[in-house]
Amino acid sequence: MAFELVVSGLSHRYGALSVLEDISFTIRQGEILAIVGPSGCGKSTLLGIAGGLLRPTAGTVSVAGAMPASLNPFTYIFQDFALLPWRSVAANVRLPIEHHPVSASDREKLVSDALARTGLSEFAGALPKQLSGGMRQRVGIARALVVRPALLLMDEPFSALDAQTRDLLMGDFEAIWAREKTTAAYVTHNLHEALRMADRIMILRRRPGRIREIVPVPIPRSERRGAAAERDLVRIHGELWGLIREEAQLADREIAHG
Amino acid sequence: MGDGPVKDAQRRISFRGGGFDPRPRPLVAWIFFAAVLALWQAGSSAGVIDSLFLPSPARIAVALQELIASGDLFRHLGASLARIGLGWLIGAITGVMLGGLIGLSWLGRSAGLPFISALFPVPKIALLPLLILWLGIGESAKVVTIALGVFFPIAISTYAGIDNVPRNLIRMAQSFNVPLSAIIWKVVVPGIMPSILSGCRISASIALILVVSAEMIGANVGIGSFLLTTGNLMQTDQLMAGIVAIAVLGLLIGALISWLERVLLAWR
Repeated sequence: MAFELVVSGLSHRYGALSVLEDISFTIRQGEILAIVGPSGCGKSTLLGIAGGLLRPTAGTVSVAGAMPASLNPFTYIFQDFALLPWRSVAANVRLPIEHHPVSASDREKLVSDALARTGLSEFAGALPKQLSGGMRQRVGIARALVVRPALLLMDEPFSALDAQTRDLLMGDFEAIWAREKTTAAYVTHNLHEALRMADRIMILRRRPGRIREIVPVPIPRSERRGAAAERDLVRIHGELWGLIREEAQLADREIAHG
Repeated sequence: MGDGPVKDAQRRISFRGGGFDPRPRPLVAWIFFAAVLALWQAGSSAGVIDSLFLPSPARIAVALQELIASGDLFRHLGASLARIGLGWLIGAITGVMLGGLIGLSWLGRSAGLPFISALFPVPKIALLPLLILWLGIGESAKVVTIALGVFFPIAISTYAGIDNVPRNLIRMAQSFNVPLSAIIWKVVVPGIMPSILSGCRISASIALILVVSAEMIGANVGIGSFLLTTGNLMQTDQLMAGIVAIAVLGLLIGALISWLERVLLAWR
C-alpha cells in the first residue's frame, strides 16, 4: 500500500507573528509537490515542520500507509548545501549512515553508490571548498540519496546557484527522479522550476501563510521540455503568476521590522 | 581602452582606483630591521647612546651567548616554561569544559556566563597575593595565576566558537538523526577549532605576561626573577638578553600555533 504524508490544520507563530495558518494538504507517494509563494509566506517554516525540525504551534503531520524501508525516511536537501567543510565529499555523504548498524564494507558501498549516482565518484576525496556551488549541491543530493529517503524535503535546493548550473542540476535531478520515483516536497520561489519539476504546485499566500490554491501540472515531466507542451506551460505559468503577483509586490515593498 | 593613440575628440579616462592595498614586502621588513639595528649600534659606538642604560646590539648578543654557554638562560627559561606549560594546560582544560557547558546548555549559560563576565576584567596578577596567602609562596600560586589568566580567554573562545557553529550544520545533522554525542564530536568540535586556536594564541601571550610578572613577585628561578635581578644590579646587557629570549619564545609559540592552524584548519 502506498503512503501519504498528511498535513492537517497546521498553524505556526513566531511570537505575535502568525506565519502559517490552517494548512492542510497531502503528498502522495511518488509525486513531487512544489510549494511556491512570495518571500515571508512560511514556505521554509512549513518544510521544517513537515520533517520534524520545527514544532508547530498547532496541527499535525502524519503518515498514512506503509513507508518504504529507509535509513532516514524524511530527508532534507538544503538551500545552502549544509556540508561539513572539514570533511571530504565521501565523508560528508557518509555522515548520515555512520550511526547506523551497517558493516563498514556495506557503508562504503552505499557511499560509493550514492557518489556514482550523482557523478561525484572522482571527487570523493575533495573538500567542499574545492568544489563549485553546483558540485556542492550534488554532494547534498548524494548525502540525501545514501539513506534511500522515503520523502525528500527540498528547501530551495537550486536557488543559491547560477542559472546555467541550476539548469544542469535540475536535469540531473529529473534523471534521478525518473529512476527512483522519490516522493518530494519542493520549496521554491521560482515558478519555472516548479513547472519543470512538480506534479502539483501549492501556492501559498502570505501573512499569515495560507494555501491559496493547489494546481496540478497535467503534462508528464518527460514531455515538459518539448515544444508541444510549451503553450500549456505558458498558460499555467500565467495563471500561477496571476495568483502570486500582487502578494510578491507587497512582499517586495515591505520594510523589515525587528 | 589600451594604450593606443587617442584621437582628438576622445579623452582617455584617468585611473583613480589605486592605493588602500598595503601588502607587506618581506625584503623591506628585513632591510628596515637591519637599519634600526645598525643605527642603534652606530649610536652606541659613537657614544650618543649611554650603554649603561641601553647596551649596544653587539653587547646584548655577547651577553646572550654567555647566558647560553653558562646554562643560566635555559635554567631560567626552563623554569618559566614548566610553569607556563602546567598553568596553560590546567587553564585550557577547565576553560574548554566551562566554555562547552556555557555553549551547549541553558543551565551552563545561565549560571556560568555572569561568572565569566564578572571575573574576566579582573587583572589576574592582582590575585597573586591572595593566591600566595592561600597556597603559599611555592609553585602553586604562580601556576594557578597563569591557569586563571588562560582559563577566561579559552572559556570565552569556546562558547563563542560554539555560538558561531552554523546552526544549519547542526540542523542538518539532526535531520539525519545523528545522535547528540556524534553531533558534538563531528560537528561542534571541528567547528570550534578556529575559535579555540585563536583563544590559544591570546592565552599564550597572557601566560607569558603572567609568568614574568608572577616570577618578579616571588621566585628565585625563572625568566621574570632573572630580569628583576639583572635590573637591580644594572646588568642591562643581560637584562636585554633576557628580553630578547622572551621575544624569541613568544615568536616560537606563535609559530607553533600558526603551524597547528595550518594542519588542523586546512579545510578553510
